[in-house]
Amino acid sequence: MTRTAPSQADEEQGGTTSAALHTGTSDIRTLLTRNLRQSGIYVAFVAIVALFAILTDGVLLSPINITNIVLQYSYILVLAIGMVIVIIAGHIDLSVGSVVALTGAVSAVVVIQQGMPWWAGILAALAVGLAVGAWHGFWVAYVGIPAFIVTLAGMLLFRGLTLRVLDNISLSPFPEQYQDVANGFLNGLLGGPGYDVFTLVIGAIAVAGYAVSGFRTRLARITYQQPVESFPLFVTRVVAVGLVVMYFAWQLAHARGLPVVLIILAVLVLAYGVVTRRTVFGRQVYAIGGNLSAATLSGVKVKTVNFWIFVNMGLLSAVAGIIYSSRINGAQPGAGNMFELDAIAAAFIGGAAVTGGVGTVVGAMVGGLIMAVMSNGMQLMGIDQSIQSVVKGLVLLVAVAFDIYNKRRAGAAR
Amino acid sequence: MDDHILEMRGITKTFPGVTALEDVNLAVRRGEIHAICGENGAGKSTLMKVLSGVHPTGDYDGEIVFDGAPVRFSGIRDSEHVGIVIIHQELALVPYLSIAENIFLGNERRGRGGLIDWNRANADAARLLDEVGLQENPVTPVGQLGVGKQQLVEIAKALSKDVRLLILDEPTAALNDTDSAHLLDLLRLLRDRGITCIMISHKLNEIVSVADRTTVIRDGRTVETMDMRDPDATQQRIIRGMVGRDLESFYPDRESSPGEEVLRVEDWTVWHPTQERKVVEGAGLTVRAGEVVGIAGLMGAGRTELAMSIFGRSYGRNVSGRLFMHGREVRARTVAEAIRNGIAYATEDRKRYGLNLIEDIRRNVSAAALGKLSRRGWVNGNEEIRVAEDSRRDMNIKAPSVMSVVGKLSGGNQQKVVLSKWLFTDPDVLILDEPTRGIDVGAKYEIYTIVNRLVAAGKAVLVISSELPELLGICDRIYTLSAGRITGEVPVGEATQEGLMALMTTEREPVG
Repeated sequence: MTRTAPSQADEEQGGTTSAALHTGTSDIRTLLTRNLRQSGIYVAFVAIVALFAILTDGVLLSPINITNIVLQYSYILVLAIGMVIVIIAGHIDLSVGSVVALTGAVSAVVVIQQGMPWWAGILAALAVGLAVGAWHGFWVAYVGIPAFIVTLAGMLLFRGLTLRVLDNISLSPFPEQYQDVANGFLNGLLGGPGYDVFTLVIGAIAVAGYAVSGFRTRLARITYQQPVESFPLFVTRVVAVGLVVMYFAWQLAHARGLPVVLIILAVLVLAYGVVTRRTVFGRQVYAIGGNLSAATLSGVKVKTVNFWIFVNMGLLSAVAGIIYSSRINGAQPGAGNMFELDAIAAAFIGGAAVTGGVGTVVGAMVGGLIMAVMSNGMQLMGIDQSIQSVVKGLVLLVAVAFDIYNKRRAGAAR
Repeated sequence: MDDHILEMRGITKTFPGVTALEDVNLAVRRGEIHAICGENGAGKSTLMKVLSGVHPTGDYDGEIVFDGAPVRFSGIRDSEHVGIVIIHQELALVPYLSIAENIFLGNERRGRGGLIDWNRANADAARLLDEVGLQENPVTPVGQLGVGKQQLVEIAKALSKDVRLLILDEPTAALNDTDSAHLLDLLRLLRDRGITCIMISHKLNEIVSVADRTTVIRDGRTVETMDMRDPDATQQRIIRGMVGRDLESFYPDRESSPGEEVLRVEDWTVWHPTQERKVVEGAGLTVRAGEVVGIAGLMGAGRTELAMSIFGRSYGRNVSGRLFMHGREVRARTVAEAIRNGIAYATEDRKRYGLNLIEDIRRNVSAAALGKLSRRGWVNGNEEIRVAEDSRRDMNIKAPSVMSVVGKLSGGNQQKVVLSKWLFTDPDVLILDEPTRGIDVGAKYEIYTIVNRLVAAGKAVLVISSELPELLGICDRIYTLSAGRITGEVPVGEATQEGLMALMTTEREPVG
């Protein structure tokens, strides 16, 4: 997570602090309470990591385990990126698990059965993902059927097609290059005594990039006479983020180096973070979710936007499908079962609003990581699967209850 | 001593920032049809909400005496319990349920073991339908009935609750002439059976023909209650009571110098989106550069519908007619096309249709013209802030920063955000629908100043307003709209409130 941590704090700057900034405060307590909803998620994340680090005697934060968490949950996080956009626009997508299975299956058929090169499988999977997304988008946007129904149908439909494509059997194994997508590491490129220097360099570049872009944003804000956080606070924030990132990179460097999938994930998070905040498309997604009528009356082409939201979800489902099939080294008829629920939970825990219009990509990532750390921690402690499920369910409930409680309080304060 | 079934004494009701009712008195005699008249926003609906318990005891000051005893309602169930039933303008029937199911909804005819006795329910429903003169099978789904018949089902429902005081809010607003006549006959019949009626209506000829007494309300106060047998109780007198407000010298002065024609609409007809009736029929109007043109019409006259259908066909179906900008016919079938052609529409309901309340000022101001702030799909966030800051300064939006969430701003400041949003699209004609609804006096003055600034800069402004003094104060020319038709066009110099109100209540008369 070398790159996500920075943008996560970047988001905090855009959300939490800016709300408090106009008063020029650098009082931490004001910052936290002003936008408890945004900052609460990070506090909760840190608390959960600390809790499980203690409960597992530090195993949770060991180099190997951190690497494992990244590998194990990367595809859920990829799905959560698409899902949070769907949810911001006020929809839902229940089909992503089936689409993960279908795209993985198509890829396996192309590569394993047909013997085509590994990249042909990836292209085929992406094409199928886009087609599935266009299918959903058509029904939701142009026919006007609620996404809940369309994607529920899609869930059955694409699961059935998966069985069809695979002829009810599993396909395995993929060639090595394909496996590298989810299991490969960039390691030893610059050598290093017992740890990977390359990973540390990437980490350092990430921190530097974060500091520079943060500083430039700050300068631009000052030029436009916008309030900014006090300078000591800015430095504290950069240093804190830098320490977390470097610790993370250090741990990775002492295990197997930089996972390929982490790079994919980081690129996606950065790209979608920018898309949601800085593009016309991203703005229109928030506008539709925030007030559909007002968006329509502002000239937003609601149908077009909704269509592309689902096309995008299909594409990201395909990416997740590729990563997942690579990780399990094959395609199974039952692959991706219940993934949609993890992705939806990640978005909501990460602060997305049930009514739409609110949510961030980074929030969804943190939400996904909270789920990941909890699952992983409980597995390490040998807690029974049944209890794990109960705990995850309760966390989701509490997270949304907290969200609604906050909104009510904000409403009452009006 | 009159035998009053209902007395409301000294009712005062305030909302944050506004006094909706101030010391209102209403006395209704047993077994009469009592009409309540007033302009939009005069406080009629609020008064009825107080009476029916929607605004519970404690939410208002004053006293309600029903049937000789003071009553305190904490909800609509309490008022129904004593026999007060209100039928709202928007009917509250479930379209997929049958007539009988709707009549007994929440008041089901229980039989043995708590199960619903459908035979009894349908039989009772048939008897009630007979009473209101509706020949329909009680098992017919309500959605298959026309609006007029649905209205009768509502009344049957009220009768099933042993109603003693029936309140009808604009009962004939959506009805055609035959259905209206039938309904009024039914009201007389119910009166003869001893059921007291309160009828809120804008249709003065109906009031004169059916009501025994009429109370006129203006600006949250009772103006007078007149006995309709009195030969002086004419439509003219009611109109005077409704509008008899002093024209406050409250509107900023403006040099009027209209230029070229900007917007022209010809033969504009709009159908209701779901019902088989025309909401706007054959309307035509023009607005010139540097001119403020008003549209006066009562609730349900089709003002908003006319405006929204012009603005990219945002309302209705089968919209027909021709639309010209600067003398050239344009095509504006979507909102985006309308905006591109230089039309902007600031809605009457800013919370529902105008603003994204959970976003900040910055995002709302840019929402309708993001294209101007972006290159190849990338929004320039700093420019966006600058634009928002400019608006905040020019419009005098009172907020700590452009990052303030608009949901937390006052009504006046929200309205300024809406205006900023539309001005940023750089329109040639700006349609303002109730631009000063629900905002305080100071903010109103500011809005008028902004309008003056716009026309001074050569924009054309079309204002829809329920407040006649407002139209008289800021417009150059006023169209009146009644039942979907333009019934008059009056230069402001020749317009009076009485004259406009007479045109606004004209019925089914061709233009001219």
